[in-house]
Order: sequence, then C-alpha cells, then structure tokens
Amino acid sequence: MVDKLKRYAVLILLMIGLMFLGFGCTGTSYNESPSLAEGTPAGESKDIFLKGSDTVLPLAQAEAEEFMNENPGKSVTVTGGGSGVGIAALIDGEVDIATASREMKKEEIEAARVNGINPVEHAVAYDGISVIVNPRNPVSELSFGQLRGIYNGSIKNWNEVGGEDRPIVAISRDSSSGTYEYFKEEVLHGDEFRPDALTQPASGGVMGEASQNPNAVGYIGVAYLDENVKALNLDEGNGSVAPSLENITSGTYPLSRPLYFYTNGEPSGLTKEFINFVMSEKGQNLVSEVGYFPIKQ
Amino acid sequence: MFNRIYKEKGIESVLFFVSTLTVAVLFLICLFLFRDGILLFKETSLLDFLTGRFWYPTSVNKQFGLLPLFLGSLLVTAGAILFSVPLGIASAIYISEIAHPKVADFLKPFIEILAGIPSVVFGFFGLVVLVPFMQNTFNLPTGQTALTGSIMLGIMALPTIVTISEDAISSVPSTLRQGSLALGATRWQTIYKVIIPAALSGISAAVMLGVGRAIGETMTLMMVTGNAAIIPSFPGGFLDPVRTMTATIALEMGEVPQGSDHFYALFAVGSVLFIITFLINLIADSIKKKYRFKVD
Repeated sequence: MVDKLKRYAVLILLMIGLMFLGFGCTGTSYNESPSLAEGTPAGESKDIFLKGSDTVLPLAQAEAEEFMNENPGKSVTVTGGGSGVGIAALIDGEVDIATASREMKKEEIEAARVNGINPVEHAVAYDGISVIVNPRNPVSELSFGQLRGIYNGSIKNWNEVGGEDRPIVAISRDSSSGTYEYFKEEVLHGDEFRPDALTQPASGGVMGEASQNPNAVGYIGVAYLDENVKALNLDEGNGSVAPSLENITSGTYPLSRPLYFYTNGEPSGLTKEFINFVMSEKGQNLVSEVGYFPIKQ
Repeated sequence: MFNRIYKEKGIESVLFFVSTLTVAVLFLICLFLFRDGILLFKETSLLDFLTGRFWYPTSVNKQFGLLPLFLGSLLVTAGAILFSVPLGIASAIYISEIAHPKVADFLKPFIEILAGIPSVVFGFFGLVVLVPFMQNTFNLPTGQTALTGSIMLGIMALPTIVTISEDAISSVPSTLRQGSLALGATRWQTIYKVIIPAALSGISAAVMLGVGRAIGETMTLMMVTGNAAIIPSFPGGFLDPVRTMTATIALEMGEVPQGSDHFYALFAVGSVLFIITFLINLIADSIKKKYRFKVD
C-alpha cells in the first residue's frame, strides 16, 4: 500500500516536473512577439502593435488607452524594451510602429531596406533632460566639457567649475533607464560613467538626493523638475541655455530630443488613425500631461 | 471503516504531494537559475567573472566583474552583523534571563513586529532619516554609504537573531541554571559561564540565519547604499557608497534584453547569491543539529 502510494506520488511529481520543463522550453524562444504585420495589410487589422523605447512607453500607453476608449473594438498593444529593440522588431516586420527616443541609425535603415521595409519617421513629442543641483549650490551653469568631466570623474570638486570647495557627488540612473543611455551618448561621448557615481533606481531617488545634498549633481527628465532642486543652464558652445519650454521645443537646449514613431511606409488603416490621434489636439494635450512637450504648439 | 482509511490516505497523499512540491520548486529554481547563469561563460571566462574588478554591463567593452558587487555585499553584511549580533544576543539574554516576565511579555511581540515591517519601509526611513544624518555626522560627500546600509540591515536582522537566540537560551535545562546558582555563582556568572555556552549552538544558528537574511536583502540596500559599483576599501569603505549583488539584479533586470550577455550575467550573479545563501543555511542547520542537547 505504502509502496503503491510512493510510486503514485513519484509519478505525479515527474509529470509536474515535465510540465514545468515544458513551460521552460517555450520560454527560451524569446523575442517572439506575434508577427501579424507580415502578410496581412495593416489596414485590415483591428489591432496594432507598438514596441520600443521605455522613455516613450508611458506616453504611448496613455495615448493607446485614450484611443481605445474612443474607439471600442480596436486594440493598440504597447510594449517597451528599448529603442533598439523596437527598431529591430520593425526591421523584422513584427510590429506596426516602433517607438524610439533617438533617430534610426544608418545601419538600421539599411538593414530595413534589405528586408523590404521602408521606415518613415513621425516625431510625436519632445523630451528634455535637465541637469540638477541642490538649491544651495552657487553653480548655475555648466559647459558640456565640464559636465562630461564631472560624469567621467576627471572633475572631482565643485571649485573646478566655479563653485565652492566641495566634493562632487555625481548621481546617475540604473542602466535600464532610457535617460541613462541618452545621457551617456550625448554627454559622455564614449567615456564610462565614473564608477563611484551613485546609482538611483528612479528619477525620484535622484531628486531626493539632489534636494538634500549640497554636493550632488544629477540628471532627470524636465517633467520632474520642482522647486526643491535647481536646474542648470547648459552651454554646448552657443551660450548658456535654460531648459525652458521654448528652448526645448526649438531645439536650442542641447539635451532635448524628439520622440519618434517609426512605421513601415506611409501609415494606413488603424496605424494611420492612431498616429493622427496622437498628433491631434487631444493627443498632444496628453503629451503634456504625461510630462513631455507637445510637438505642435 | 473503509471510507475512513480511504480519506486518511487521501489527505496524507495530498500533504505528501504539497510538501514534495516545495522541494520540486526549489530544484526547478536551481535549474533555471543555473541554466541561464552558465550561458554567460560562453563569452566571459569564469575567472574573469569572479575576479573582474569592473562592472560595466552596458558599455562597448562590456565587463562583468563580480568583485565590486561581491565585496559590496560582504562589507554591508559584515557591518550589519557587527552591529546586530551583540545587540541581538544581549536583548535575547535580557528577555529570557533578566527581565521580569511581564516586561519580557511586553517586549517580545514588539521585536516580532519589527520582523513584519516591509523592507521598502525600512529603506524609506533610511533614506529620509539616516542618510542625511550620516552625511552631517561624519561630514561626508554623501550619506548613502555602506555603513548606512549596514545599520538598516542590522535593524532588520535583529528580530531573527533575538527570537532564535531567545529560544535557544530558554531551552537550556533549568537544572543547569539551578546547579550553577547552588554552587554560589552569581547571576551574571551563571549567564556568562553556563547559560551562554550551553545555548551556543542555537545562538550560532541564529547568527547564521541573520547573515542569510542580511545578504539576501535588496530593497532597503538599493535605497540607502548609493549603488556605486566600486571595490570598497576596508575599513574606510564603510563611509563610501557600495553596490550589493542583490541591488544590481534589481536595478538592471528591468530593461536588460532577454538573451543578452548582460541578462545571463545577472543570472550568474543570482546563482552566486543562491549558492551563498544555500551554504549559510546549510551551515546553520548543521550547527543546530550537531550541537543540540550536547549538555544532557
């Protein structure tokens, strides 16, 4: 009796084990999102897929929710993964729209052409990154060279950039942040972040440290700015520019960037409807609500 | 009659099934963790991973050096233990030997409540209260340091250490206590020379479990230690920011492309962490078993 029971239990265990193993095996084929774009013209589908930048993600999600509210029965699915991931998916014909917080690179456009994909760019919003310090810090502007020096570790004291004799505490973001990537590309130009930079898991953490530590310098999306921190003017060689609405939308502020949707060819059908919705007054109001800057004034 | 046997066997097999399921889950976690962790070593050698001094997971020349993260975890945990073990054992002795039973009954539930506070709350407290305090007290560039993490972690490990040590001390046979007192030893001498040696196995197990609790903690550390992946100096490194293995996984898992080297590197870090906690638990268990009732 006991033996039988044992055998029975072992058998069940084995089956469950196999089941999990099965789950595991299907899990290994990553990155296989439904490839509905292939074959079926986008115009006929009732649902579209967006994939890409995590910076654009909150915006795309808000737009998709509002769009689906207004158009019941139509579905817009948004996922993140990073600009590069979204563009790769577009090149493979897996998504209808790739979202990106940077322009497509030359190689990517070539790769797309090879696959018979013709990427078309739609700028949908602006994003600005501001460099912040504690309000007690007398420094109010930095050149790009100084900023790079601060973040690669060659400038270690505030008195080297016109401030008080205090050590600089550079605050960075975790490597999964889109802002991190952008800042690294635009400011560090291939240098590594200084290894002793504090790494904060969220913009709130950067704000918290900068607002209470007079040694700190950090970078956050302009949408997060408030009176507890001081946003620095930046000088890329054309005089110092404040991170204001006008300077960001006109492109004179050096750390501003458009956010893009990329489609295969001129959009049609539901893809077109969705992009039109994003560019409409309502869609652009949502842009400001989420914390970015509308592309249309 | 038959029905009763049938029912009992049914319940028994359900319980057997559930308990073996736990073991199965453990094995599956191992399997998946190690399966993905091992894939890192197609690109990076094991030696480079274990002795690498730099953690640059997203740069052009990717470097997955475990050393700064491992030493970060070690430093913070060591600090936490230095802080919480004396405090924890002293509290346990007070509660079980010295305090009036009414006072002990009052204190015990509060210590247990401490164990129930979510780690993010500890982290928030640390960030808002302890970080500025450390910065001002030691006049540091930033208050997000290893020591800040150690103190928070020490507080979090306290309930484990106090509760288990207290159990160990209470289970020392009262004949020993009475014998010691009857021989003319003072109360302090009894505690110091008889009770603590007799309860030592339980106390060691408590310490090991406290270490296990500390090394696996993530959220609190991510919020208060600054997460700078540099190899800490000793002992000056206590006042510098550090990054632990757990915080690295939590920070970077969010957007790492699945199937990339970075992804596998995080799994490899997770595997190391798993092995460490597994060993610690094993040691705690063997200490507990080996020395139990040695005093009989």
